[in-house]
Amino acid sequence: MSQFPADSVGLVTPQRQTFSEPLQLACGRSLANYELVYETYGQLNASRSNAVLICHALSGHHHAAGYHSPDDRKPGWWDVCIGPGKAIDTNRFFVVSLNNLGGCHGSTGPSSINPDTGKAWGAHFPMIVVEDWVNSQARLADHLGIRQWAAVVGGSLGGMQALQWAIAHPDRLRHCVAIATASKLSAQNIAFNEVARQAILSDPDFRDGDYAAHGLVPKHGLGLARMVGHITYLSDDAMGQKFGRELRSDELKYDIKGVEFQVESYLRYQGQEFSQRFDANTYLLMTKALDYYDPARAHGGDLARTLEPVQARCLVMSFSTDWRFPPSRSRELANALIAARKDVSYLEIEADQGHDAFLLPIPRYIQALSSYMNRIEVDA
Amino acid sequence: MNLRADLQIIEKWISPGSHVLDLGCGNGELLHYLQSQKKVRGYGLEIDPDNINTCINKGVNVIEKNLDHGLDNFADRSFDTVVMTQALQAVHYPDRILEDMLRIGREAILTFPNFGHWRCRLYLGMKGRMPVSEFMPYTWYNTPNIHFCTFKDFENLCHERSVKILDRLVVDQTHQSSRLSAMWPNLLGEVAIYRVTR
Repeated sequence: MSQFPADSVGLVTPQRQTFSEPLQLACGRSLANYELVYETYGQLNASRSNAVLICHALSGHHHAAGYHSPDDRKPGWWDVCIGPGKAIDTNRFFVVSLNNLGGCHGSTGPSSINPDTGKAWGAHFPMIVVEDWVNSQARLADHLGIRQWAAVVGGSLGGMQALQWAIAHPDRLRHCVAIATASKLSAQNIAFNEVARQAILSDPDFRDGDYAAHGLVPKHGLGLARMVGHITYLSDDAMGQKFGRELRSDELKYDIKGVEFQVESYLRYQGQEFSQRFDANTYLLMTKALDYYDPARAHGGDLARTLEPVQARCLVMSFSTDWRFPPSRSRELANALIAARKDVSYLEIEADQGHDAFLLPIPRYIQALSSYMNRIEVDA
Repeated sequence: MNLRADLQIIEKWISPGSHVLDLGCGNGELLHYLQSQKKVRGYGLEIDPDNINTCINKGVNVIEKNLDHGLDNFADRSFDTVVMTQALQAVHYPDRILEDMLRIGREAILTFPNFGHWRCRLYLGMKGRMPVSEFMPYTWYNTPNIHFCTFKDFENLCHERSVKILDRLVVDQTHQSSRLSAMWPNLLGEVAIYRVTR
């Protein structure tokens, strides 16, 4: 595998597991059976104590590290952090990364076939929330023989899952790493998600979610949703540095419909590219899951009380220019963990890149994650 | 375990199993010692990225925080002891920090350098310039130490704010206590270690 960098996990093959015991969902419905697609990197040790679960964010999937083929242009989405000698060191850890239920990268989701009808689930796929994801991930852990994760790690929506693991299955993880996340969305976050959803819902090709049955894809709406999302992932500075007011040609065209500024062109490209690889129903479901997550709701909004069951040691990290999940939200979480007298470290990383920073090789961030992960004890 | 000299003194004032907050915890030395030797649990607050990383390497709970931004995020009486070593003179509002320490903890332990030490007095008196020494190596314009005080000043503040001094130890730079410095602390003591409550 000499064609891959030395610190890459190299060529990986996704695996697939069918679960036939019904999964009761928070929405009241249940899934009679479902499939999860996942990848693993590194070796599970004899005591099965070195497993790390990676939870993905809104548009993520199971392919977190390595390459699917020697021709792949890019490695998995978190290759920066996962590999031999990297922050999540596959020489020490057995890393599991899955595509969440409701996703569109192989796990059962709106684009899968509903066994009852023989047609794609489409809009009829049940609502899945963070709690459901964690329960389905626990089933995957059972299947893999992992009683307790060394760590559950996630950024953004993935951080919510890591937190939910610590709350709902306190004895099944020793460490919880929650990056650029929050224990609940703010009104502004929900507002942005709602704009994204309305973009999709109002696309004439959406057809109430049954676009697949009509051979259609609501590309325009999904692209718009991604454009809005993308703006919130970057900081003002990052966008300024990347594009400024740069024009595509030398002079102004005074054309309302035309793409004149580079930033417009970039956003359109991002939107178009995304609409070709992502499923609109999944996008709706994932943004709703984000909106709904609020574990303290059941405890009268008292987050410290909600965190009482937590046994895992926690690492919470935020990025200075992240305005999607700003440092103040991570501080809220860290403060509640402190109030509940839980083990927690909190870092506020200086970074210009906004929310996207959690996916990027920012030296201090990577160093802190490495230091933290390296201290986690695992049997040889 | 080789503990910094002033920390060796402080350590004795912290009961086993207690809940401790260390303001400006540096490399986490004190908390690391306390959690391994005395089953103490707690958090260090720190602002320097390298120090923070050292704390993580040691398995010390560290919270990135600028002490000048206040300590409102900590609830009243949520800790047994709040410690602050060699930082009082570097914060924007030493009086507010002291108040906060006693709001958050049952007891507070503070250490700070004595600006009333005879060498400082002599330096200022003879040279007419702000004292610079091996121990306080900065010049007035670049020093992080913006609120120097003497032991008397500190004790006055405690008196004004009805803060009770439980213990006071006056030591030299090597943290040795002598009979002379015990007699004339404000003149001969270089570092003060106070344990206070309300």
